[in-house]
Amino acid sequence: MKNIYIAIPLVCLFASIVAGLFGKVIGRKGAHTITIAGVAIAFLLSLIVYSDVRDGNTFNGSLYTWAITGTVPLQIGFLIDQLSATMMIIVTFVSLMVHIYTIGYMASDPGYQRFFCYISLFTFAMLMLVMSNNFLQLFFGWEAVGLVSYLLIGFWYDRETAIFANMKAFLVNRVSDFGFLLGIAAVLYLFGSLDYAAVFASAEGIQHATVMSPFGEWNWLTVTCILLFIGAMGKSAQVPLHVWLPDSMEGPTPISALIHAATMVTAGIFMVARMSPLFELSETALSTVLVIGSTTAIFMALVGLVQNDIKRVVAYSTLSQLGYMTVALGVSAYEVAIFHLGTHAFFKALLFLGAGSVIIAMHHEQDMRKMGGLRTIMPITYLTAIIGSLALAGIPPFAGFFSKDAIIEAVHHSDIWGAKYAYISVLLGVFVTAFYSFRLLFMTFHGSNRSDEHTRKHLHESPNVVTFPLLALAVPSILAGFMFFEPVLNGNFFGDSIFILPAHDVVNQLAAEYEGTSGIGMIFSAIGHGVQTPPFWLALAGVIFAWYCYCKNLALPGKIKNAFRPIYIIIDKKYGFDELYQSLFSQGSLLVGRFLHKYADAGLIDGALVNGTASSVNRISGVLRKVQTGFTYHYAFAMIIGLFALITFFVWF
Amino acid sequence: MNPLDLENGLLSLLIWLPVIAGILILAVGSDQKATMVRGLSLGFSILVFLLSIPLYTLFDSSTAAMQFVEKASWIKAFNINYHLGVDGISMPLILLTTLITVIVIISGWQVITQRVAQYMAAFLIMEGIMIGVFASLDAILFYVFWESMLIPMFIIIGIWGGPNRIYATIKFFLYTLLGSLLMLVALLYLYNVSGNSFSILDFHQIKLGMNVQIMLFLAFFAAFAVKVPMFPVHTWLPDAHVEAPTGGSVILAAIMLKMGGYGFIRFNMPITPDASHELAWLMITLSLIAVVYIALIALVQQDMKKLIAYSSISHMGFVTLGLFIFNPQGVEGAMMQMISHGFISGALFLCVGVLYDRLHSRMIQTYGGIASTMPVFAGFMVLFAMANSGLPGTSGFVGEFLVILGAFQANPWFAIIASLTLIFGAAYTLWMIKRVIYGKVVNRDVLSLSDVNPREIIMLSILAAMVLIVGIWPNPILEVMHTSIENLLQHIAISKLP
Repeated sequence: MKNIYIAIPLVCLFASIVAGLFGKVIGRKGAHTITIAGVAIAFLLSLIVYSDVRDGNTFNGSLYTWAITGTVPLQIGFLIDQLSATMMIIVTFVSLMVHIYTIGYMASDPGYQRFFCYISLFTFAMLMLVMSNNFLQLFFGWEAVGLVSYLLIGFWYDRETAIFANMKAFLVNRVSDFGFLLGIAAVLYLFGSLDYAAVFASAEGIQHATVMSPFGEWNWLTVTCILLFIGAMGKSAQVPLHVWLPDSMEGPTPISALIHAATMVTAGIFMVARMSPLFELSETALSTVLVIGSTTAIFMALVGLVQNDIKRVVAYSTLSQLGYMTVALGVSAYEVAIFHLGTHAFFKALLFLGAGSVIIAMHHEQDMRKMGGLRTIMPITYLTAIIGSLALAGIPPFAGFFSKDAIIEAVHHSDIWGAKYAYISVLLGVFVTAFYSFRLLFMTFHGSNRSDEHTRKHLHESPNVVTFPLLALAVPSILAGFMFFEPVLNGNFFGDSIFILPAHDVVNQLAAEYEGTSGIGMIFSAIGHGVQTPPFWLALAGVIFAWYCYCKNLALPGKIKNAFRPIYIIIDKKYGFDELYQSLFSQGSLLVGRFLHKYADAGLIDGALVNGTASSVNRISGVLRKVQTGFTYHYAFAMIIGLFALITFFVWF
Repeated sequence: MNPLDLENGLLSLLIWLPVIAGILILAVGSDQKATMVRGLSLGFSILVFLLSIPLYTLFDSSTAAMQFVEKASWIKAFNINYHLGVDGISMPLILLTTLITVIVIISGWQVITQRVAQYMAAFLIMEGIMIGVFASLDAILFYVFWESMLIPMFIIIGIWGGPNRIYATIKFFLYTLLGSLLMLVALLYLYNVSGNSFSILDFHQIKLGMNVQIMLFLAFFAAFAVKVPMFPVHTWLPDAHVEAPTGGSVILAAIMLKMGGYGFIRFNMPITPDASHELAWLMITLSLIAVVYIALIALVQQDMKKLIAYSSISHMGFVTLGLFIFNPQGVEGAMMQMISHGFISGALFLCVGVLYDRLHSRMIQTYGGIASTMPVFAGFMVLFAMANSGLPGTSGFVGEFLVILGAFQANPWFAIIASLTLIFGAAYTLWMIKRVIYGKVVNRDVLSLSDVNPREIIMLSILAAMVLIVGIWPNPILEVMHTSIENLLQHIAISKLP
């Protein structure tokens, strides 16, 4: 089995290297054939691994010693359990679909081979991240996916907006990595190891260790968990480190689906779930996670309401949904968070690829105000977009319903600090989510077409390589919810890979509500229960309201906008984060840099000290030169005086 | 050849072979025979590199004792010996020297057309001298190599340098000389108190009072801090880099700066351990200032070479930080940082050189959209930029990571400040990349650029391979240092106060 584990990431790496280095030799066809074959193999092998793990064969072992520092061995290795096997399936499946889709989407792009090289490299890095059995490799994968994200956002490197966005993405992620790396250093300091198993095993032992800080006594574990979570906040785009994700839409749409919706941005969620044995021991850290997550969930959803760029709507929706997952982590419902991560990966990739399909048809027009009426022209894209939107809005029995309902119910059951705020946020979020997702659907596919003559004439359904992935992703967007609802809730889906203290176990309480039912019965009772609770009605209200605003009474949105102008402006400005960061951090550090360069380095050190020394040497030597007269008796006199001075020195001391 | 035979005299061979080769080339070479001169120089540099490999393969990493030792009396009257040897700390630095010299010879291949023999000879002679610095176990021998190293460097900047080279060389000279003289005083003092020995290893064993230790520490500090360079004696470096030809910058950044770090390890820490502990606060503070303050200055540079020079200072801050937190992660991280910085800064200077050779400008604003006209080059430069920002999987990560881990053990606040490099390092490097590599092609000059030629691909590929190999598997290097560093840390943990 170990050889299979090794083969899964390496086959992607190999394909990536071939496509990257020999892209010219093997041509376009060669590049997509080898990378798709690589990812397909990785997907099939992941299925084998998954079923093997289901049979109870987990694995934890190292591949090679990266370094031994002092007495601490730092190793590269794999931990294959229910959690990582699930992630492997999600990653390789979505990646495979995106690979196929790319054939159509990038068909006329000169950087075709390079694109395939990057997305295969991404798949490799993401697999290394989820399969890791230690913090070092986690950080490796973490940064490597960040690198590929950087390269892909800036894929069209002659666009000024794209290369600004990719630098911004990298730097914002670096801010979070700053916390993450310190978190890892804290782990090594506390546990003397970076190996998951060793760290988790001794977590309880240091539960009460504290550190003195200028702000009082802090619990070490809380500090460590919050540092690690800062890492997650960057990668999973949580407020206030979310600013890079909307801009990342500058990249080609396939990678928005793969990296900035389905996989990379969920790395933070995965990481916290993986660290459940640490986070469980610190309620402060969990509350922090919860509050950040619920803030992201509701406030980013609100921004989604006012966007007109089709990709940006989906991007803000992704931010909000990541907030939902983070909320689930905060109430210790880790398995539900991963459940939503999975369903979201499918339906959000579907929505992004659907948006991409629309964008191809519209000749790279992304403004929804210029779309409309596409449902008859693009029936497959339309159908799959409906499925995606229903899943996102959380309408039963689509996948999103089960995972989102489980999150909301889990928050409802939790009594951790911040749970009330979170509950209100996620409830309101349901309405907003349903509204913006159907706003997108109605604006794009319904009504009359608002594009120009030329575009309208050339409108057509996308080719099969584009629609096949849409259909293939629609299947799990429908099924993944009720297929996995019961095992996730009963706690046997993730087995021992997630650790929850009994006092925090809201999922268990949730499952207890459906007691006596199992399998299909549980699903029906979940739907039955779902339709009796507020989330369902809120979602329905959102859909209907969107229909009313964008199909029936088209003037209403404008009226609402004018009535609530100040609020609209705040939301439209995205709460001003970008402007604040731009002026405070970017301009600020440049200002400080210029000041230091001019006054400290060039002024004080060079000007006053170095060149000052040189010029004073000049001056002093000018004086000294007068001593050297060239007359022998002057020198002799000086020598005698010197001799006397030396003798005096030796006699006296 | 019998390995035992090779062990006797291998270091001498590595020192004197390039020196003699250099003199030979000076003697026979002229600009008419430039091709022959280039071929000979490349041949010799590769030969020296190949000969240096046994240092690694025959190295016994289980002992901290000096290996490949050679000892002969040199000046009997003052008990000065021709005493050579390497341990796990100096050996990797010698290999770095021999590898980088090969690359420098390749880099000057087409670019230098005037006084080719002198140029190549200067680098070969310098190679021998630099190996001498790392291999010397006698203080006077060390000092002779240390000072004579300046001469070829001086010549390289002075002859093949830029328009402002005189100012740069004088600044470089004044800074370095001031430090070196104080070091000489310290060495003479140690000769006296050690009972007339110049052996560095004997110096390690002398018991010294605290005040004396502090004086000695500061004297050595003057020499080594300038070389590293540490804040605030760093201002010679950007000027020297800007004026130096590409090859000079590469040697300066990749190897010469390392001598400062090496000096701290070989002299300050073991000779004056108590003063080292006493003054650690100073070293750590200066290092952290270098990491943050210099990074901010790097951010606003308009000249690529200056930017990389400031980046070097910031990265070398990690070396001195790692050394003076006195734990294995810190010191090993410092060593890894030195080696990795040798590859990365060397590579970045070569990249600037590639651009400079084409458009004769080092200014960022001249460029933009290079990726469209020089895609292969863009790939290399982005890789090295990522390594410079410490991306895991590249060598740049290893040292910084270990030092941050070590610093956290010593005091989390050190780690917090040092980790700011994650943000600033990425900021100045990627901003440069954004403006130089990406974007629209804004002027006709850039449009006319031709991509890297096979010669340039070879030199960049070698460094790219090293950056990746060391990043993915640093253990082979850490392994050979391990025992020596452990021994060093044990040694400095014991007080030398009488």
